[in-house]
Amino acid sequence: MSLLAIILLPFLGSLCAAFMPANARNAEAWLAGTAALATTLLVASLYGDIQSEGVLRASVPWAPSLGLEFSLRMDGFAWLFALLVAAMGTLVVLYARYYMSPEDPVPRFFSFFLAFMGAMLGVVLSGNLIQLAMFWELTSLASFMLIAYWNHRVDARRGARMALTVTATGGLALLAGMLILGHVAGSYDLDVVLQAGDKIRAHAWYPAALALVVLGALTKSAQFPFHFWLPHAMAAPTPVSAYLHSATMVKAGVFLLARLWPVLAGTDAWFWIVGGAGLLSLVVGAYLALFQRDMKGVLAYSTISHLGLITLLLGMNSPLALVAAVFHIINHATFKASLFMAAGIVDHETGTRDMTRLSGLYRAMPITATLALVAAASMAGVPLLNGFLSKEMFFAETVFIARPDFQRVGLPMAATLAGIFSVAYSLRFIHCVFFGRPAQELPRAPHEPPGWMLVPSALLVFACLLVGMFPAHTIGPFLAVATHSLLGASTPEYSLAIWHGFNLPLMMSLAALAGGIVLYQLLRRRADSVPLLEPLDGKRAFDFVQTALSTGSERLMRLLVSRRLQVQLLLIVVFALAAVLLPLTADRAGWTLARPSLPDPAFALLWLVGGACALGTAYKAKRHRLAALVLSGGTGLATCLTFAWFSAPDLALTQLTVEVVTVVLLLLGLRWLPRRNDASAPDIPTSTRLRRWRDRSIALLAGGGLGSLAYIMLTRPAGEGISPFFLEQALPLGGGLNVVNVILVDFRGFDTLGEITVLGIVALTVYALLRRFRPAPESMELTQQQQEHSTPPPDTDAVLPPGPMAVPAVLVRLLMPLALLVSLYFLLRGHNAPGGGFVGGLVLATTVILQYIVGGTVWVESRSRLHPPHWIALGLLAAAAAGCGAWLASLPFLTSLAWHGSLPLVGELHISTVLLFDIGVYMLVVGATVLMLVALAHQSLRAHHRKPARAGEE
Amino acid sequence: MELVYAMAIGIVTGSGVWLLLRPRTFQVIMGLALLSYAVNLFIFAMGRLNMNQAPVLDPTRVIDVAQYADPVPQALVLTAIVIGFATTALFLVVLLASRGFAGTDHVDGSEGEHR
Repeated sequence: MSLLAIILLPFLGSLCAAFMPANARNAEAWLAGTAALATTLLVASLYGDIQSEGVLRASVPWAPSLGLEFSLRMDGFAWLFALLVAAMGTLVVLYARYYMSPEDPVPRFFSFFLAFMGAMLGVVLSGNLIQLAMFWELTSLASFMLIAYWNHRVDARRGARMALTVTATGGLALLAGMLILGHVAGSYDLDVVLQAGDKIRAHAWYPAALALVVLGALTKSAQFPFHFWLPHAMAAPTPVSAYLHSATMVKAGVFLLARLWPVLAGTDAWFWIVGGAGLLSLVVGAYLALFQRDMKGVLAYSTISHLGLITLLLGMNSPLALVAAVFHIINHATFKASLFMAAGIVDHETGTRDMTRLSGLYRAMPITATLALVAAASMAGVPLLNGFLSKEMFFAETVFIARPDFQRVGLPMAATLAGIFSVAYSLRFIHCVFFGRPAQELPRAPHEPPGWMLVPSALLVFACLLVGMFPAHTIGPFLAVATHSLLGASTPEYSLAIWHGFNLPLMMSLAALAGGIVLYQLLRRRADSVPLLEPLDGKRAFDFVQTALSTGSERLMRLLVSRRLQVQLLLIVVFALAAVLLPLTADRAGWTLARPSLPDPAFALLWLVGGACALGTAYKAKRHRLAALVLSGGTGLATCLTFAWFSAPDLALTQLTVEVVTVVLLLLGLRWLPRRNDASAPDIPTSTRLRRWRDRSIALLAGGGLGSLAYIMLTRPAGEGISPFFLEQALPLGGGLNVVNVILVDFRGFDTLGEITVLGIVALTVYALLRRFRPAPESMELTQQQQEHSTPPPDTDAVLPPGPMAVPAVLVRLLMPLALLVSLYFLLRGHNAPGGGFVGGLVLATTVILQYIVGGTVWVESRSRLHPPHWIALGLLAAAAAGCGAWLASLPFLTSLAWHGSLPLVGELHISTVLLFDIGVYMLVVGATVLMLVALAHQSLRAHHRKPARAGEE
Repeated sequence: MELVYAMAIGIVTGSGVWLLLRPRTFQVIMGLALLSYAVNLFIFAMGRLNMNQAPVLDPTRVIDVAQYADPVPQALVLTAIVIGFATTALFLVVLLASRGFAGTDHVDGSEGEHR
């Protein structure tokens, strides 16, 4: 379980760091440092287990139904890498404590820093390919946040976006590659995949998997031609550059290539793709590093070059080269992080990193200069330092590679050339900054940094020296464990000695040293422009592709998308038609028609009226809205009667009550629509005529289509569905006789809970929208009718409203208790007979609305306040409580509980949580309906009284 | 019976779709109302047309599934009716707000070149 702790510790630390106050710089650093140090110690403590057991595993079920589990796996290689990540993290936290200024919002920094550390450890320790890809993307995200840490700076934002675009795209490719690998291997488990190397290499999809995985690795490790994002990522704070962009994250790419080396390597495709990209990055990166003005720019290109070296080693298909690659991963991390720290210190103490302005800093900061000097020497490959050892191994590999002739000669030459460049830029980095005349006109007078800031750098340099002088006794055993876990029994013999005698690799090293010194002398005068490779600008290509993509998609949007609703609706209807027609044309058997049964004349008459009403609505809706509304109500009534006719009493009741409420609602809305002149335009343009004919034919097609479909369905026997279950189990399981109601409140209670929630949300939305409602100016004045019959202001003390409404008012008030009774009756009997919460609620709401219509809003509200939002809330709570009640009996949410028994006086009783649920539905329906209608009704009052602020309150 | 029922669905659908494609908000809202009638009838018809077979059980007799109308489409349609009311209300308020905001009852918020 300590494996799990290794991943969780940084993430927990990240969470804690995020919630600390902005100025708690020391506390943050202590927290991050403790988390990182604890992780380091945890990793280190596992060394014994790794040595004895080989591979440690831990897994937590993640999505067991999909066969996925969160699995961690640590072998020697993963252990070494995890130790690198954790230890480097600890050192960089210490460095960052002094680097970050008190004005910087440090919680954000340390939080993302630790999150990155956790994600990176996740990549290293993942025992599952998909999980690895997930952590991989997490590191990209953390890197994005950290590059853009100073988000007020344009270059930081741009650099972050570019890094994320490149690495996340690569991550997607990697995911695809992982899916293929897992598919071919038959499992996403790393152990299984590592065993399936032969099967994968022989598979037809191997090239695709290889290309995708390598794409992910090359983008992450900033390899040519995706190298351009790394120099732009240097806008990040220097600790981030030291940690993410030299020591760890960019190593994830080569880590993955090494991890999958037993699976993917060994083919010509691997050699050309991986080796080719590595060689190009090695030479081009080193060459470009020669011409940078920014200290961090030099280091960035140098990182690209060294990663290229590692990639090239991995691409050579030789186990010995793999050993060298792993060795160089560690060596590069130590000297490069230390150099980044030195660059950060110089920046911190002088205020600039521009190498043309810096000079002669040795006198002001001798310790920093000495440390940088040693680290740079290691980078250049000077003997007695660790960089020399792995470079020597690299040279040896290029010399002894078993490839055809031109490669055997070309490769050592290219390697030596890169070595020359490397020596030259290392020399330039040190000589230019620390030696020569002391610089004038620096932003700040240079001096040594606080002692603790030098400690991490010093430790790393010490490691360089130690490994460089006593390799077999320091790094030797760890390297052996790591390479053995990758290569198993085929681990080659290798020697970590400093002295191998006068051989070709040593000659190459010496040649590189001498050539580099000469080259630096030659290049001292020119440093601003890059000769030869000037047109090779990855950033420009990236920008070009980005612009082309965005303008292209804009053009496509303009071509394919309309913002006009009519066009959109037309497309929806046409597509719906096509979607229904296509399967029908494929299967001609569906077209055979059966003879219909003879219609009942009354039913035919009903739909003669109903259909006429529908057509009338279509005809009148433009100019005579009221008529159209009344006519559509006619169709609604016909629908309602149809439901009643064909054995659906619940539907008929609901349709009837909803119909009433809908018509009232729309009537209330009519007042705010613009007046349409009756005089129709004399000449209708041809385009409009054409469009109308088009719409008519579409409507005809849609109507004919749905009608025929209905006919075809109706004349065929019903298929075997799930209905018998509900009919049979309604009584035994649901305890109710009205099956429709039992389905709604019991079997599918969760759906109904969702539905009433939607209803409540809609009501509140309507209310909220109307609170800010601004009617059109021409609708503000009194309506024509109100102007003709000027009504006196309503008298709230009057018993009855004056005028013609007095008699209806009496009737409506008499109706109120009766309607309440009826609605409760519907509610209570709903489980066993037609009725239920929906119908009952609508009946009560209708009565309340009737009071408003007849008595007038002001009069009604002076008598009583209903508070519809409370009803909505109570209704939802009641329904939810009915659902949660099941938990008390340890049953799933919304399981109905019933109690059947007899009480004295009352008699036999059946009480069920279903009733509480239905009461909830009832209350919510009352609240929602009344809230919507009253809110709309209030708009008239508001406009009338011109009191916009208060009127919408209730 | 089936023919009348199917024709009813066809006519109401046709009227609804025609209104749906019109440029005025009120026409569209009426179109949606008509279309929802038609669709509810259509879904309801999936349980076939049964008379005097309401799915209310008679506890005194053994339950014979064939004697009752299909309750599932009924439950679906009941839900649809209530939700239809809610969406109509929401759409009405949105169109009123749009009319107050844009000064026109054209669905696109501006008269445009078409009428």
